Amino acid sequence: MPSAEEVKTRIEAAIPGAEVEVQSADDVHFSAHVRASAFDGLSRVQQHRLVYDVFEGELGGAIHALALKTEVS
Amino acid sequence: MSDTEIRTAIASAIADNDVILFMKGSPAAPACGFSARTVAMLEALETPFAAVDVLPDPRIRQELSALSKWPTIPQLFSKGELVGGCDIVTEMYESGELAEVLGVAAPDGAPEAPAAAEPQAAAPMGIENRLG
Repeated sequence: MPSAEEVKTRIEAAIPGAEVEVQSADDVHFSAHVRASAFDGLSRVQQHRLVYDVFEGELGGAIHALALKTEVS
Repeated sequence: MSDTEIRTAIASAIADNDVILFMKGSPAAPACGFSARTVAMLEALETPFAAVDVLPDPRIRQELSALSKWPTIPQLFSKGELVGGCDIVTEMYESGELAEVLGVAAPDGAPEAPAAAEPQAAAPMGIENRLG
């Protein structure tokens, strides 16, 4: 089961320069706030896809839910 | 129904309905808090929408996600385009963009997202489940 810290580290590794805050009360439901310059020019859907892609195949499984808020930094 | 037929049915449902929500459960009885919140926002905007329950067959969700490249449920589409899941819909509802995208008037008063799922007397208009 991933910890909030692990989720944060993986997002930061996948999206260079991203500022990431992750919260989780139970290590199954996560809430992440991601600020990244890589989001510049992308629609919200495209921004969220970049983050979802980090956890391909795990969403709905080990990670039951990942609430996301993305911002261009 | 084969996987390909399911995917084709999903693609035509998205193309044929101006606003369509893929969710867990039905608008009258959502089976997940994120689906419930998304339904509540659409209802607050009084926009008619089609809804498809992904729960009856796991292949609906599998083929939908393959098509939309979006891993989670709910998924809201407007005019054939993916608007987003619950988080994006909530942000857009609060900023007024959702009303704009859906071509309806923004609700009066504070644009705070409505609480999920109050029991309803009747299902809203335009609901259909072509994949059930």
